[in-house]
Parts: sequence; structure tokens; C-alpha cells
Amino acid sequence: MSAAGEIRTVESHSLWRNEFARGIILQAAVAVALLALTVFLVHNTAVNLAKRGIASGFGFLENVAGFQPTFSLIPFDLATSSNGRVFLLGLVNTLVISAFGVVFATLLGFIVGIARLSQNYLIRKLAAVYVDVIRNIPLLAQIVFWYFGVLSTLPNVRQSLSVVGVFFLNQRGLFMPAPILEAGFWMIPVALVIAIVAAIIVHRWAHQRQMLTGQPFPSLSVGFSLIICLPLLTDLVAGSPISWSLPELKGFNFQGGMSVLPEFVALLLALSIYTAAFIAEIVRSGVQAVSHGQTEAARALGLRSSLTTRLVVLPQALRVIVPPLTSQYLNLTKNSSLGVIIAYPDLVSVFAGTVQNQTGQAVECVAITMGVYLVISLLISAFMNWYNKHIALVER
Amino acid sequence: MADITASGQHVRQPDLPPPASEVGVVSWLRKNLFSSLPNAALTLLGLYLLYVIVPSLVEWAFIYAHWVEGVNNKECAQADIPAGACWTMIRARFGILMYGFYPPPERWRVDLTFVLQFAAIGGLLIEGVPYKKYWAIFLFGVFPFLAFYLLLGGIGIPLVETSAWGGLMLNLVLATTGIVASLPIGILLALGRRSKLPIIRLLSVAFIEFVRGVPLITVLFMASVVFPLFMPEGVNFNKLLRVVIGIILFSAAYIAENVRGGLQAIPKGQYEGAMALGLNYWKMNALVVLPQALRIAIPSIVNSFIGLFMDTTLVNVVGQIELLGMGLSSARDPNWLGTTNTALAFVSLVFFIFCFGMSRYSQYLERKLYTGHKR
Repeated sequence: MSAAGEIRTVESHSLWRNEFARGIILQAAVAVALLALTVFLVHNTAVNLAKRGIASGFGFLENVAGFQPTFSLIPFDLATSSNGRVFLLGLVNTLVISAFGVVFATLLGFIVGIARLSQNYLIRKLAAVYVDVIRNIPLLAQIVFWYFGVLSTLPNVRQSLSVVGVFFLNQRGLFMPAPILEAGFWMIPVALVIAIVAAIIVHRWAHQRQMLTGQPFPSLSVGFSLIICLPLLTDLVAGSPISWSLPELKGFNFQGGMSVLPEFVALLLALSIYTAAFIAEIVRSGVQAVSHGQTEAARALGLRSSLTTRLVVLPQALRVIVPPLTSQYLNLTKNSSLGVIIAYPDLVSVFAGTVQNQTGQAVECVAITMGVYLVISLLISAFMNWYNKHIALVER
Repeated sequence: MADITASGQHVRQPDLPPPASEVGVVSWLRKNLFSSLPNAALTLLGLYLLYVIVPSLVEWAFIYAHWVEGVNNKECAQADIPAGACWTMIRARFGILMYGFYPPPERWRVDLTFVLQFAAIGGLLIEGVPYKKYWAIFLFGVFPFLAFYLLLGGIGIPLVETSAWGGLMLNLVLATTGIVASLPIGILLALGRRSKLPIIRLLSVAFIEFVRGVPLITVLFMASVVFPLFMPEGVNFNKLLRVVIGIILFSAAYIAENVRGGLQAIPKGQYEGAMALGLNYWKMNALVVLPQALRIAIPSIVNSFIGLFMDTTLVNVVGQIELLGMGLSSARDPNWLGTTNTALAFVSLVFFIFCFGMSRYSQYLERKLYTGHKR
């Protein structure tokens, strides 16, 4: 006992021999060094900005931007819209392309991932070739390929490729019908919400009844038909408050309808096809992670093959698939910034690029842009943590 | 297979051949391609896809392609129908695609650098090559300085400014420097993330998550427009160096996560054993934990390298013209207008060969290391 006490007293004599004290010294040293570096950098930046006559701060967001981005989903006016408006426009464009990209990449990724597990030799190999080729070519090259290699070789406006006479594809982009909302339109979204709520209630009731009595109820098909039929019925009852404006060739360009920029189409194709290859691998490994015994047991219980997939394989596979899937969504959102190479006006292109160039507010512009991506990534990882907790295996 | 003869003895008869429906091409086709009606439909769909893609690709890349330099350089650039690839363009601009504007008489220096680099990496990674320790010392201790001297020159050999560097050489320089220089930083960050000291852990986590949350392109923007503001007055450092620093910081965060994955795979007993031997923190990590953790992390570090190698195409955005940029600018040359697809095909092929090879290697390593750690 006395020996141990002696050692302790020896330790307390020399701070460096004391693990706790050493930890504090080390951390203090790191913190001071970091602080010194920060002060040094901030001081230099302030001096440099003063020398160039650039006022720091976020006042520049109020100033008129003075340029017209090529693609805008929010009202934008060349004469009055501010740099802050440009930021908003870029953010919306980034979010829109990411949202579409996520949907298409998921669809294609699941198809390819399941094709990789197909019984069919040809389909399996084709899917494997797709994944290997797409994953090993830089995304930037793929974006450039879709833009310069494919979309700019499309026919001109007069010889547009048409799909059933309402979709037109040409060098200037994709033209399609646009919905025109008339009075009474509000009833349709309301009907949709009501249908979704009703479907959820029916599903809960069916689940409870099955738990109590064992009697099944086709809640899925009833739910889906509710969600589809109720808005359609409302549409009829309200006297069709949606009409469609069709694109028509007038003079040198299409009038009416909606048009999508070629930059948007090219970036969307490249992002979806690229990310789908990664999602396919995630889906494949997720399905393979479900042990074969599970399928066999489900079969032994007499479940049909579709029910086996839905009730046994999929819930277990999704537990493996979803976390890496969300990080692919995050990657897709970050990769949408590569649209700068074909001048798709996303956040990086218009804000960290053009606005930064015009105002010289490099620190603020880059910081805001990085901040936006950080917030998106934090939101996605917050969702991932929530989901992981939600689906975590409940063990005894 | 055994019959009883008249004398009551068991005599082994030769095995019967498998039934005709189980062997041969037809049976293979039936089993793998036409086992059911939906399966047959899928096969037809696959064949249709092949029919759409393969012949037109072969026609474009081989049959209608231009291979030899004609009298007129513009020969294949003129949109003659049917169109084919213009490989003569690649032939004419091969030097620029590979080396950028590096002066032709000095290009042997680039070649020598990469031969040395691949030899050292091969010596380090390929099984059965002896003297691993010396390869490692050469690769991490000697080679960076040697490569710097060889590529930049100055004393004894002519100076080649970094503004002349470009093409594939730039991709390789950026990716290699990025990984090699970020390895020590990444290891420190990974250790910091698992450290018991709260401030160290907080700073490491903040750095890693910050960098992983933003796209590389914003880091490059920062390197090219914000870094100059950070420097004291009068200090103006090389543009390529700024980009390299950005890439190193970016890749350090990813390497840190790879190393952390390796560290997490090390059982606690290893730490306890090292501590019981009286090793301090640094010795424990350097002698016991990291050698095992890094071995496990090699496949994911190789994957990071592949990702970084492909990401080096982004430096075009901040004005460093690497392989993809050189390809595209070649296709904008008045002599070679209309050869964008040829340039893209060539660039993609180069990247594919490098990345596919490396990813196969990392898959092989993963399998090997996996079995090595199974008990």
C-alpha cells in the first residue's frame, strides 16, 4: 500500500509524468496554436481586403447582381434582383437537380442492383459491366459527354424528336406540356392529402385486425387505389380545374408548355446514371446480406415468393441498404456542383463563381456556399441517425 | 453404381454420363437464359440492348474511325457521314494529353519519376518482393524530394514552371501527392478522433466532418481565391501549390476515416497487451496498433486513391488543365473541331484502365485480408 502511495506522490511532483496534467498541457498547446493561426489568418485577410478596397461583411448580398442566370425557378429580374436573390436561385437549382437526381438514381440503382442478382446470365453480366464502366470513369467526363457528346448532337428545333406529339427533344432542351391551374384547383391537393390519411388509417386498422383475428385485408391495394382514385374523382367533380398547355412549334422555337434546359437534362442524366452504379452495389450487397436461411424459413412457413420478398427479405435488406444509400444521396447533392463545367447555374456556379468574381467577396461567398452544403449534410446525417435508431435490431 | 456379380462380389461399374439435358451449350442456355418465360423475355431485352449499343460503338470506334494521319489534318474533323472516331487527333496531341506543356526534351524526367513511383509502390504492395522496409523508406522519405526535384528542376536540369505541367501527368502528381502527404495527417486525425482528450477529439471530429460535408470543388475555390487572402502581404505562392494544399486537406479527412475503420477492427486486447508491456501512447500506436490497422485499411485507402484520382479532373475549374481539360481543349482547336467524343473516349479509357485496375487490386486485397483475419 505504501509503495503505491509513494508512486502517486512521485507522479504529482512532475507534471509531465502525470497523465491528466499532460493531457491538459497538450490540449492547451493545440488550442493556443490554433488560435494563433486563426488570428494570423484573420489579420492577413483584413489587411489584404483593406488593401484591395473590399469591405468585408454580408452587405454585398443586398446589392444588385447585374447578370441574368440562364435558368431560374424563382422570379428573377436583371435590373433589380440582388446577389442574395442569386444565392437563393442557385440554392433552388441545386436542390431541384438533387431531388430529381435522387429519384432517378434510386429507381435505376435498384433496377441494376436487382439485375446483378438475376438468375439470367446475360442480364447479370450486363449489369456488372454497367457498374464497372460507370464507376471507373470520372463524373466530370460523363457530364461533358452527355452535354457535348449527346445533347448537342440532337437535331435542331425544326427536326425535334417527338414522343407521342407532346414531348419534344432538341438542341435547346426538352419541351413538355405544362399544367395550367385554374380556379378550384386547391381541391385536388386537399383530396390527395385526405386519401393518404385515409390509406394510413385503413392500413393501421387492417394491421390491428390481423393481429387480433388473423384475418388479412388487402390494405395496400385499397390504399393505393384510394390515393389514385380520390384526386381523379375530385378532378371530375370540380370540372377539371387543370388544363395542359402543349408546346407548339411557332417560328423558330416552341411556344407554350414547359421547357427544360439542355444543361439540366445533361447534368440530371450524368448524376443519375453515375450514382445509380453506386446504389446498385449497395442494393446488391444489402440483399446478399440477408442470409439464405431467412428465405428458406419463409418458404417453409408457406409464404408466397412475393410475400417472402416483402415481409422477410426487404425489411432486413433495407436495414443494410439505407445508411450507405443516404450517404450516396449526399454525394449526389455534392456532385451536382460539378454542373459548373457545363454552366448549369447551381449554387457553386452562380454564387461561389460569378457573384464571388464580380464582388470580390471571396471569403464570404465560399463560406456561405460551404455552409449550405454542411447544413445539408448535417440534416442528412441527422436523418440517418434517426433511421438507424428506428430500425435497430431489438435484441433480447 | 455397384452390382453384385454371380460370385456375390461387389464390382464397381463405370459412372453413367449425366443426362443430355444437363450438359452442353443447349442445357446451359436453357438454365441461364431461358429458364422461364419472363427470363426469356429478359434475355431478349438484353440482346436488344447489346444490338443497339455494341455495333454502333464498334462502327464508331473502329470501322469508320480515322487512324492514320492524312494529307489534311481536318480530314476527319469534317463531319463526314458515317461518323467515326478521330484517333489521328489523339495521335497528334498525345504529348500534350500526357504531359501538358512540359517541354518535350525534358519529358524523360516525368517518365522517370513515374517509373520510380510505380516501382516503389509495386515493391511495397506486391507480395514476395523483399526489403519492404527500404521500399517504404524510399517511397515516403526519399521519393517525394526526388520527384519534386526531377519534375521542377532548377539545379543541373532546366527549370520547368508548374504552369507548364498538365495532362495526365498533373492528375498523377495531384493524386499521389494528395494521398502520400495526407496519410500522416489522416493518421493523426484518426487517432485524434479516438483520443480521450476532449479538445483534441472535438477538433478532429470537426475537421473531418466539415471536410466530408463539402464538395471538393468548394475546397478548390477556397484554395484558389481565399488562400491568397490568408497570406501576409507580399507573400504570393504558387497556384498549383495552393491547389495541392487544398487537395491534401480534403483527402486527409477521407484517409482519417479509412484509418479509423482499421483502428476499430483492432481488438482491445492489442491495446491492453501493449500497455501491459509498458509502452506509452505513441509507442503503443506506432509499434502495435497502427501496423495492424493500416494493413486492414489498405483496401479502403486504395479506394480513396481511386476516388481522388478521378476527382483531380475538377482542378480544371480553377484553371489547372489536366487530362480531361487537355482533351477538351484539343477538341476546341480549330484543326480538330468536332472531335469532342474522341477526346472523351480516350480520356475515359485512360481513367478506366487506371481505376479499374486499382479497384480490382483493392478487391483482391480485401479478400486476402478478410480471410487473414478470420479466426
